[in-house]
Order: sequence, then C-alpha cells, then structure tokens
Amino acid sequence: MTMATGRPAQIWISLRRPAITGAVGIVVAVLVLALSGVDPLRALSALVYGSLAPANIADTLNWAVPLVGMTLVAAVPLRAGIINLGGDGQMVVGALAAALTAIYLPVPGPLALVLALLAGAMAGSMLALLAAWGETRFGVPLLISSLLLGYPAAGVASYLVSGPLGDLGSGLAQTAQLPLDARLPLLAGVNGGVVLIVLLCVLVIFIDRRTVFGLETQVRGENRLFASYVGINAPLQTLRLMGFAGAIAGSVGAILVLGAFYRFIDGALLSPGYTWSGLMAALVGRGEPIASVLAGFFFAALQTGGFAMQRETSVPRVFTTMMQAVIVLVLTLRFGGRSGRHD
Amino acid sequence: MIDLISPFLIYSAIQAATPLLLAAMAGVFCSRVGVFNMALEGQMLVGAFVAVAAGYFTHNAYAGIAAAMVGTMVFSVILAAGSTWFRGNPVVLCIGMNLLASGMTAYFLRLVFGVSGTFTNPAIPLIPRLSLPGLAALGPWGAVLNNQTAVTYVSWLIVVLCTILLFRTPIGLRIRGAGENPEAAVALGVDVDKLQFATVVVSGALVGLGGAQLSLGAVTLFSEDMTAGRGWIALVAIMLARDNPVGAALACLLFGLTDALGLRLQSFGLPNQIATILPYVITLVALVAFAKRKRQLA
Repeated sequence: MTMATGRPAQIWISLRRPAITGAVGIVVAVLVLALSGVDPLRALSALVYGSLAPANIADTLNWAVPLVGMTLVAAVPLRAGIINLGGDGQMVVGALAAALTAIYLPVPGPLALVLALLAGAMAGSMLALLAAWGETRFGVPLLISSLLLGYPAAGVASYLVSGPLGDLGSGLAQTAQLPLDARLPLLAGVNGGVVLIVLLCVLVIFIDRRTVFGLETQVRGENRLFASYVGINAPLQTLRLMGFAGAIAGSVGAILVLGAFYRFIDGALLSPGYTWSGLMAALVGRGEPIASVLAGFFFAALQTGGFAMQRETSVPRVFTTMMQAVIVLVLTLRFGGRSGRHD
Repeated sequence: MIDLISPFLIYSAIQAATPLLLAAMAGVFCSRVGVFNMALEGQMLVGAFVAVAAGYFTHNAYAGIAAAMVGTMVFSVILAAGSTWFRGNPVVLCIGMNLLASGMTAYFLRLVFGVSGTFTNPAIPLIPRLSLPGLAALGPWGAVLNNQTAVTYVSWLIVVLCTILLFRTPIGLRIRGAGENPEAAVALGVDVDKLQFATVVVSGALVGLGGAQLSLGAVTLFSEDMTAGRGWIALVAIMLARDNPVGAALACLLFGLTDALGLRLQSFGLPNQIATILPYVITLVALVAFAKRKRQLA
C-alpha cells in the first residue's frame, strides 16, 4: 500500500480503515457496555484511567512486557505471510527450561540467570522449529501443527511440575522458588525483562529495515511467487523465521519466570492470553514491526485498564479480549471497496 | 489389554467423536464451497455456551440444542459475510472469531451466571439417552451403539445426508463448482457470494449441534475454552480426508477413540496430563503419516 502524498483525498484513503475501525470499535464497546447495564462513559473512563494514570503505568508496562514480546512472536513470521499459532507452547517450554536451569544448575546466580534466559530461548526455538520442519520436510501445515504442538507441550510441562520436578511441599503444580540471586531485578516496579523486550523490538526492527534477510522476508510477504523467482530459499526462510519467533516466545516465558513469578506455575503463563493478544496486535500491524509493537502496547493498556474497569463498574475485564477481536475483525473487512481479490 | 478394549471404550469413543464429526461435516461443506473454515473451534465454543445457557433457563435439553444451532448460525455470519461481500481475509476472520468466541463466552459466563471458570448447575438438562431395544438384545457389543444421545445418532445420519447432498444433488454440484472454479460457476449463473454465505451460515448449525453435545451430551456444564482444540482436530480430519465427508467422519472416530483411550488409560495409572495430550499427539502423527503418503504418490 502506498502512503498518502498529502492530498486530502489520499490522506482520507490511508486513514479510512483505522478511522472506521476506531469508530466501529467504540460503537460496539458502548453498545455492549450499555446492554450489560453499566454506564459506558464511566466504564470507559475507568479503563483509560486504569491504564494510563501515572500510578498505573507500571501495571501497564508489566502487562506490556510479555504481550509486546508475544506480538513479536507473531509479527516476525507474519511479515513473510506465515501465521504462528504456537506461541503458547513455545512460551511454556521456554519458561520451564528457564525455571529448571535457574533452580538446578549449580552455578553462581547471575550466570544461572543468563543461562536460564538462553535455555528458555533455545527451548522455545526448538518447538517452533519442530513445527516449521514438519512443514518444510513433510508438508504438514505450520498453521495447524504449531497450534497442536502447544497442547502436548503444555501437558508435559504440567505433568513435570505436578510430579517429578514439582515443589511437592506446596501441594500445587509448580516448581520450587528460584534462588534470590538468579532473578531479574525489578526496575521501578517493572519486570526487569522490559530491557530485554525493548532490545528485542530494536533488533527485530533493525533486521526488518536494514538487512537482506528482512528485505527477503518482506518480499515473500508481499508476493510469494516473486520471492521464488528471485531465488529466495523459502524452506530455509521458514525455518529461520520460526526459529527466531520461537526463541522470542521462549524468552518471554523465561522473563515471566525470572522476573515475575520466580517459579514455574502450571497454567499461570497461559491464562492471561498473551499469545492471542500478541497475535491480534501483529495482525493489526500486518506484521510490520513498529505498527505491531504499537498495537501490542495499546492492547496491553486496554487489558490493564480492564482491571480498573472491573473494580469500578463490575464489567468483567474479559470485555477487553472481546474488543481486541472486534478490532481485528473490523480491520480486515473492506467497506464499499472494490470487489475481487482477497487481501 | 482385554480390559482396555472394552465395549465401554468404544461407547466412549463414539460419544467423544460426535462433536468432532459434526464440526467436520460443516468444515467439509465450507471447504467445498471455497471458504476454508478455521473458526470451527470458536463456533463450537459458542454452541456449547448457548446450549448450556438456553438449557438452564428452559430446563429443556432440546431447547438448548435448538438455541445452540441458531446462536452458532448467527455467529457464523461474521465469516459468511466477512469473506464474501466484505472481502476480508478468511484466515484473519477465523482467528478473530476464535478469540471473540473465547472472550464473549467468558464475558457472558460472568455477566449472566456470575461465575468464572466452570458453570454447572442442577437446572442444566442432560440430553436424554435413547435406548434401542434391538441393540440391547445384542449383548455387551450391541450396547456400544445403544444409549447414546439423539445427537449422536443424528450425527451419523448427517454424514450420510451430507454425502448425498454433496455428490448426488444439483445444490451439491453448485457448492463443489463454486469452490473448485468460482469464475466458471459465475459464468453458469451461480451467485457464488450468496452460495458461500448460505453454506457457511447453515453449516454453522451443525457446529452448534456439536457444541451442544459437548456441553449437554456427556456432562452438563460449560467451562471456559472447553472445546480445547476440538475444532482444530476436526479441521485436521477434513484435511486428512481431502474434504470427503465419509473419510472425515472415520478420522473423527479415530480421534474420538484416542480421546476415550486416554481417559481409560488414566484408570490404569497414566497421569491425567499425559492422557489428555494423546488425541493431539495422534492427530499430529496422522498429519505426518498422511503427508508422507502424499509425497510418495507425487
């Protein structure tokens, strides 16, 4: 899509979709809230205040750390037109690998911390590569295998921490606590992993903008046939993109364990739905890293505001999950556009 | 081993296969008409929720089933209209619908019933089991087919009807034509958009029926994301059978069997987390095995 050149009509065309989406989103939100029997204005202002007031910024950032990370997990392959639905599984194996490394590896704390992060990234990467390899070697669609692999991954992790590797004294499905010196420090109340996520964002944007690999990824995303004409090795590209995405997902899992929970707790990583919010954000940004990351941050603010809204007005905060889906759905529709090609 | 392969195992397999089967039939029709439906998971979840909600308020399982079918058809309009007249990307639409279903059902679970997680209540009716005297006379192996819900019997009837509809009627020909070659179908006077819309919406009723079986058939409860990948497994069944209804039904039966086997193995001491992953593992193995065969044929 070409950007507007400054003429009002052109600006309108480039802004039409976001404008329509925003308008429809607000109308749907107001309607749902009104039908739920609450004052929409009160609920929405509680939502905005709860996410962006100075006292609540740390909460928003804590939610944004995993969510923006998972946005990258979806956006990196999406830039080439590949949809990675396996973020949940990749995050869980990364988190478990990180927790076990930090707890059981007999090395000094700070070194254990670094190794735990690397172990997490590697574990996530391996699971993503398994799905990618299934497609490049056997022709099993990545879209489905990446998702289906997540269930066994989460199931095995759950089994391990509720039995053989669990903290048996607690009676809960979780590992023992991490040693104090193998934890990520809090930075002004925010998970220290925020630094890593920012670095990852910069890295992804750099690769996208300044490397041959980034260019080749975009070429494939724009036109798969053209990519093969110019000699881009699609299977290798798939493996690299998924390996990278899985490594990010594993890192996100590791960051949550090392900087927030200080242990692996069964289910705690998946219940907030970071993977799905991240995927929605990547779809909003169509895989373009800056737009996707901004959308991811917006969704993090939306979900954090949901807690305040739930407190103030008794609107269940899962309302914000619905709104994310509505935004993605409206954004993909064409209103009054030409008929023809699916975009 | 003899203990393992019991009539009860087969009974459970048939029971577990029913929601998959119905979703797969819907998916076959969508796929044939040219709309790859990856929203089966979300549709089934909506059906399961509406069935419990309507069943709770009316105390009637069949009212719950009917409401689930209608509710899922309404939900399917998003994909039906979005992928035709609004030219949305079907993959994005389906991913959005799955998340919307998950969020929406969780939202109304809290709003209407004031609970999160799982909702169960004595007022939620179980779909009645049908006792067929002829089968009962056949002894224990006759019993595997006996005492299933009406939905289960109907689902196998639907497989037959779907096959006939798709391959032996003019409307089936149009559906296949619209999917295989839309331009040619348009040239022959078929309104492809309208046909796709109708197929996606009507097939939504089947997924809703499957959802009702899931939440009212063997248990009477709704829990968040209770479909747990069943819509995706049904999709795999469709892919393995290359859009053939009978093949897809048999694949669903296989996946139902692994589901039942997993539960059964739990009573033999297999940890439940390992038992519940069995269907996914078998599904993935089937995908790889199928892909290998395709490779050799090529």
